[in-house]
Amino acid sequence: MSALTGTVPLVCLALRRDRIALPAWTLGLAVYAGTTTALWANQYRDAADLVPEVTMTASNAGIRMLGLASGASVGAYTMVRNLVLLAVLAALMSIFAVVRHTRQGEETARAELVGAAVVGRQSGLAAALVVTAGANAVLAVTLSLAMILAGQPAAGSLTAGAAVAAVGLGFTGVAAVTSQLASSTRGASGLAAAVLGVAFLLSGIGNMAGRVDPSGLRVESAWPTWLSPIGWAQQARPFGGDDWRPLALAVAALLAGAAAAALLAARRDFGHGILTQRRGPGRASRALCSPLGLAVRLQRGALIGWSVGLVGFGAVMGGLAGQVEQTTGSARDWYLELGGGGQILDAYRASVMQMAGAAAAVYTVQALLRMRTEEAAGQLEPILATGVSRARWVASHALAALLGATALMLLFAASMGLAAGAALGDPAGQVRAVIGAGLPQLPAIAAIGAGVVAATGLAPRVAVAASWAMLMASVLFGPLFGPTLAIPGWVRDLSPFSHVPRAPADPVTAGPILALVAVVAVLGLTGLYAIRRRDLALPA
Amino acid sequence: MAPAIAVAGLVKRFGSTTALDHLDLTVPTGEVHGFLGPNGAGKTTTIRILLGLLRRDGGTAAVLGGDPWRDAVALHRRLAYVPGEVNLWPNLTGGQVIDLLCALRGSVDRRRRAELLERFQLDPTKECRAYSKGNRQKVALVSALASDVELYLLDEPTSGLDPLMEASFQEVVRELRAAGRTVLLSSHILSEVEALCDRVTIIRGGRAAETGTFEQLRHLTRTSVVVETAVPIGASLPGVHDLAVHGNRAEFSVEAGRLNRVLEELVGYGVRSLTSSPPTLEELFMRHYGDSAAPAADARPAGVR
Repeated sequence: MSALTGTVPLVCLALRRDRIALPAWTLGLAVYAGTTTALWANQYRDAADLVPEVTMTASNAGIRMLGLASGASVGAYTMVRNLVLLAVLAALMSIFAVVRHTRQGEETARAELVGAAVVGRQSGLAAALVVTAGANAVLAVTLSLAMILAGQPAAGSLTAGAAVAAVGLGFTGVAAVTSQLASSTRGASGLAAAVLGVAFLLSGIGNMAGRVDPSGLRVESAWPTWLSPIGWAQQARPFGGDDWRPLALAVAALLAGAAAAALLAARRDFGHGILTQRRGPGRASRALCSPLGLAVRLQRGALIGWSVGLVGFGAVMGGLAGQVEQTTGSARDWYLELGGGGQILDAYRASVMQMAGAAAAVYTVQALLRMRTEEAAGQLEPILATGVSRARWVASHALAALLGATALMLLFAASMGLAAGAALGDPAGQVRAVIGAGLPQLPAIAAIGAGVVAATGLAPRVAVAASWAMLMASVLFGPLFGPTLAIPGWVRDLSPFSHVPRAPADPVTAGPILALVAVVAVLGLTGLYAIRRRDLALPA
Repeated sequence: MAPAIAVAGLVKRFGSTTALDHLDLTVPTGEVHGFLGPNGAGKTTTIRILLGLLRRDGGTAAVLGGDPWRDAVALHRRLAYVPGEVNLWPNLTGGQVIDLLCALRGSVDRRRRAELLERFQLDPTKECRAYSKGNRQKVALVSALASDVELYLLDEPTSGLDPLMEASFQEVVRELRAAGRTVLLSSHILSEVEALCDRVTIIRGGRAAETGTFEQLRHLTRTSVVVETAVPIGASLPGVHDLAVHGNRAEFSVEAGRLNRVLEELVGYGVRSLTSSPPTLEELFMRHYGDSAAPAADARPAGVR
């Protein structure tokens, strides 16, 4: 029996388990890419409209962080707006798929059953890689087709599809390795996601530090971008040269990752990671021994991760504040529209705070869904069999999440303010101004959090999907994307973010804040009432 | 004194399936009560209703004199629970979980905690993700037994424990009984129930099939008899079942209450030797589940799906 015996049935098993998830990912990404491309193709039919827009994306260092300009065509413009997002999502699809079929199986002892059958040592890993690589191949095809259907040239569309899938392949290799290193699903996904974060920063920094060529429409990146799979995808320059050679690096990363994972897998015991288990304290601290202490402890890891990310993001955005004064044209218009007009610097602060607010809202949803996870996995059962009421348990999680979101906004504001102070002078004043812009986001974040509580109370079985859908809708319909996507005004009003005063450009008035607080109260109390009245949905 | 647990006509439905169908269960204070039944009979569902985690659809239930749904929090300070399937936080250590659960229930008795860790040979410094099923079970057991409460609800507490630990567990339960505590012990392990329990309730298909002491339960069933007679037994005897005659030797079982009449008849055949044995708990159990366990099989264990 070889190490790969049984790979084929395991591939079939994985495909059966993923028959909803992987088609949803690939189709969802293709539909998103196709519709946004069609939208922009319509918006920029006239080259006279497109050239200033592309010039702005090439000249603005902040936007260069998020997308690389490769020329004045609609296709190249869509790549500035979409390529990094699509690449990150393809990477996440791949990370989740690989971890699901390797580490998660071991953690839940499913793989033990399978491993005892006529199955080779490496076949679980091989099946995971085959399925994930296959999903990326399908993604390449559907994305390319979607862009061609949206009226883009075939060559560029194919390069775009291949570039996005190449990032997915690269992170398939990364996740194969992290699944061997970490001994838990959460750890394996977390490590791989951290690598993705670093890859994003490297490509962003490389593009920021690059230079604009004489046409003003194309950015030549600096070297750090070559250290990142996302950078490789950008350097393939879909619709702007179509050079497939950088994508070979991603394939090489996949092969190297697969080989390393196979070596590591042969060297470790079943169910264990290469990174060994630490011993912990034999007693609980006083701080842990309350529902609030437990909630804080359970949310701590995610909070630390988000803090690091937001402090870095804040430093970058603060450092860019120095260039905002010189920004002209449509970039200036974008900030002024998003940020509430008036002083460009105030508008910039308000705009950036919208982004930070959306990030803190993602954290809040993630933290509060922990309640549902604890209920479904059964950790809640022993807690509620002690002297803790359901209301106190929910309140503890809600308070911990709100404190976490507040800390994230303050950390982001402090980091952005200090960096802006370094660029423009008066750090203390900058920090004050940015904090003033950031705190009005909290009621909107709390409204989304209260929505999660309501979903958990009313419909526990669909709470996870409903909560993420609600967050996505709130961000897409909100000021960040609503105007760009031409969402009608009444739909935009459904997003709590649409009601946040754009401080400091606009004054902070009590009306919208009180309205958001009322929404928090209604949703939160509804959820609490429902949770107190229903059966717990415990594991059998 | 009111019983520690008084359940009458308890009904619980999950959608169209009826998990509990008019269940009766009474556990007087100070008793160790065995709660027996096959998988899916409704043991866990019953205990979760007694904890106020699930809501009853009918009947009455009282725990320590209170309503398990309405007075859940106040009651929980007076009882301790070991779930059947122990799920813990993978990144907390066993010691942290024990302290946490004890603190949420009331307070930690440090000496008792240390003594139990010793008796169950549990290393409290390991993260829960590294524990085997048996060790996770021990974490739940120690955190429940380290609490000084009136009532212990134990849902298959020894699944996954080795025989040595099983012995430690039995010892601790005997100490609890000596201290006058009440224990509801749901179990599959008949020898454990026989060794520990004053009375048992056998549940099947969501209702109590039998309840009483072992003596009472045995009275309800047949006694096995092996007899050697001078003359082979020719005719059938009143109240005798499963008669098998091999020459002078015969084996059969006798209905409760008919033994005396059967002995009178046997004398006529010239009894040379006779052994009679009371039914074992296994036989009792098999009689309730062995022949037609089907109706119970579709009942859900517990929780909503």
